[in-house]
Amino acid sequence: MPATHSETEKLSNAFEIKSGPVNLPLLKLLSTDVGAISAQLRQKIRQAPDFFRNAPMAIDVHSIAEAAGEIDFIALVRIMRDFGLTPVGLCGGHERHNQAAQVVGLSVLSLARHETPPPQAQPAETPKPKTPPEEMRSKIIEHPVRSGQRIYVAGGDLVVMSQVSAGAEIMADGNIHVYGTLRGRALAGVQGNLNCRIFCHDLQAELVSVGGHYKISENIDDSLRGVPVQIFLQDQSLIIKRL
Amino acid sequence: MARIIVVTSGKGGVGKTTTSAALAMGLALKGHRTAVIDFDVGLRNLDLIMGCERRVVYDFVNVINGEATLNQALIKDKRCDKLFILPASQTRDKESLTVEGVGKVLEDLSKDFEYIVCDSPAGIEKGATLAMYYADDAIVVTNPEVSSVRDSDRMLGILSSKSRRAELGDEPIKEYLLLTRYCPQRVKLGEMLSVEDVQDILSLHLLGVIPESKAVLTASNAGIPVILDDKSDAGQAFSDVVRRYLGEHVTHRFIELEKKGLFNRLFGG
Repeated sequence: MPATHSETEKLSNAFEIKSGPVNLPLLKLLSTDVGAISAQLRQKIRQAPDFFRNAPMAIDVHSIAEAAGEIDFIALVRIMRDFGLTPVGLCGGHERHNQAAQVVGLSVLSLARHETPPPQAQPAETPKPKTPPEEMRSKIIEHPVRSGQRIYVAGGDLVVMSQVSAGAEIMADGNIHVYGTLRGRALAGVQGNLNCRIFCHDLQAELVSVGGHYKISENIDDSLRGVPVQIFLQDQSLIIKRL
Repeated sequence: MARIIVVTSGKGGVGKTTTSAALAMGLALKGHRTAVIDFDVGLRNLDLIMGCERRVVYDFVNVINGEATLNQALIKDKRCDKLFILPASQTRDKESLTVEGVGKVLEDLSKDFEYIVCDSPAGIEKGATLAMYYADDAIVVTNPEVSSVRDSDRMLGILSSKSRRAELGDEPIKEYLLLTRYCPQRVKLGEMLSVEDVQDILSLHLLGVIPESKAVLTASNAGIPVILDDKSDAGQAFSDVVRRYLGEHVTHRFIELEKKGLFNRLFGG
């Protein structure tokens, strides 16, 4: 490394910019008819409402020819939001689409497999649209989470005021707090956030995981069972510490 | 409006039908008009336990399909005129049950009865989910062993998410725990989960503990709900359960090992 570190090392890093693979469902448009899209989307979501709840989704207009009519992005975004989806961006669009999409606050995404990246759209994409402060995404559950139940909180913390039974699964993009006995599985930072933690009042879990690093029941020390603990990542390893 | 009670468990063989029969009989003996429905279409058992198997003409599925009226299908109990049995069909399967069909039958019964006891089949498939769908109260029958406890826990999850009350956002189903086939001796030896162990896992309101008892099998074979055998421990325990369900305060029995008297100790018991 050249000796340019004098300045950078003075400050402890407040952030890093990294490129990471993120799985994003694509809404691949085959038609520009927003009414038809709306009707079919409604049906699709009815089949799996939990799966789609608050799901981020990008609009893929790859298959729409440039000559095809305008896409009413304002209406489309509103429909998606009404259905509980979070439209985040546009990909595969022509210049005309990209401009229209940016007007409604969609960022222009490039797909990895895209052969010809849109020429000058790239730099323009970075200024994130000014969205109003997100409403609280965290969730508080006051009833027991029973065997076979799954709870996932996208983009926030999960607080369970009761017990989590064996065979139940609780997940959050953020932290997890359990104020009863945790017997099931708890996965914090499921989108890869390594700074998330799990806090629980009585640890008897089948599995705990932070940002994909997990420990199964067998590997949890007996002295940490049945006591209040916090679970976090330190140097790539999962630490369970008594509170 | 009738109160609809589902007797459920997830796991099979834990005592749902025995409980349904005893509970329905107990409520009827207390003077409440009660109907008990067998939801185990294809594996009809309740009629045997109630001792009315030779009087079955029409069944639950016939009523749902409009092939018979409720009055034709309901069998009046010979021992208690407040109790009626709606048997399951033995020749069909659970697919014959529909949400609308079951809803209609329960609605019609509600006009005439104070309590409707739904005897759920084992499992978490259609028969079981329909038995609990319209319930106001759920009695979760559990044996003191780990697999039964876990299945009950699963069932409780389904009760709180897939019932009509859950779908409408109404006040949730009232859930009660009934621990059956309990054996204090084996608990003491560490061979069986204790009441506390089960309560710790399920955290439910305990409606009662039914001791393991020879009287249950005898009563089933004779077609007499065990609650009528008031000399037996199981019969008394079920009577307590009915009184507790109706809001009386009754101290729990049959949980502790009974102390042997001097006589028993001298001459072996």
